[in-house]
Amino acid sequence: MASLKELKGRINSVKSTQKITKAKQMVAAAKLRKAQAAAEAARPYASRLAEVMGSLATKVAGQDNGPLLMRGTGSDKRHLLVVVNTDKGLCGGLNSNLVKEAKIQARALEAAGKTVTFYLVGKKGRAPIKRDYPNGIAAGYDTSTVRTPGFDEASAIAHELIAMFEAGKFDVAHLIAPVFKNALTQLPVTTQLIPVPAPAVKSEGGSVVEYEPSEEEILEELLPRYVTTQVFGALLEREASEQGASMTAMDNATRNAGDLINKLTIQYNRSRQAAITTELIEIIAGAEAL
Amino acid sequence: MSLHFELVTPARLVRSEEVHMVVVPGTDGEFGVLEGHAPFMSTVKDGSIKVYKSAGSAPEEIKVQGGFAEVGVNGLTVLAEHVEG
Repeated sequence: MASLKELKGRINSVKSTQKITKAKQMVAAAKLRKAQAAAEAARPYASRLAEVMGSLATKVAGQDNGPLLMRGTGSDKRHLLVVVNTDKGLCGGLNSNLVKEAKIQARALEAAGKTVTFYLVGKKGRAPIKRDYPNGIAAGYDTSTVRTPGFDEASAIAHELIAMFEAGKFDVAHLIAPVFKNALTQLPVTTQLIPVPAPAVKSEGGSVVEYEPSEEEILEELLPRYVTTQVFGALLEREASEQGASMTAMDNATRNAGDLINKLTIQYNRSRQAAITTELIEIIAGAEAL
Repeated sequence: MSLHFELVTPARLVRSEEVHMVVVPGTDGEFGVLEGHAPFMSTVKDGSIKVYKSAGSAPEEIKVQGGFAEVGVNGLTVLAEHVEG
């Protein structure tokens, strides 16, 4: 049985932990609102770009001399998995879910006889992936140096990926990133990044659109931008997911700490009562003996 | 008699308004867009977009970097990578 002093110490320690988790929860809630607003604000650009892409792609589709980013290298032997993890922990199972998804994809590809390499964004995925694929990490991008990763970071990542693609380092790239559904659920989702899949947007028939410069040239410039937008979207989703997961995890932690405090307080009161009772019995027994 | 003009960056929707005319710095030269312009698409080079709120008014300049301009039935949409101010 723990002594009264020990119990008091534990209660105080759990109380201060609870204060920390509560503060972290409130910070995450505030940041989540901001991250969600940012994700919302980025939507018009992404949807417009997809529209333009769709109408252009249907025009150029079917031609063999389309841009490299669209038609691919012609083989699908070497796969690159771009895994977007968070930089900080304390966000529940978010990162382990992402890593799990990445490993499932990697295993499926390897079973099909392909080679798999990783490109890691964010700090938290590095260690667990390195454990399973010590030589599989081609490169990575550190987003922890900036407070909120923005379009510049996305652009840097996309340019590095495209440079690797043009240098012939891989044939197909997939993006594995969390998709924010709500504060409770964030699902890791895999999407093909390179070669750019033709978006299934129907072009509005009828009107003849003039292009300046030619359609191919516009598409050539548009594709890298499209990849950047995909990465940017993933970064925004990651931000929202991280805060959402963190909020939920910290809410649970705060509640658990509360339960633990209640339990410890009951134990503390019981042992205090027991100590008083034994003391009384001793005094009474002593008085009777006289 | 007005053109619907939208300026969008990856981070946000910068402008969405009815204007008289917009002059866009296209890669192959500047072009002005009025209401009822034929469907058209062009890449945009770094420079400033001039927005004329009404006929004859002084233009408002918005500096943009890289992007696309698309003219469709819904008006003019400029997708820019960076917008100043």
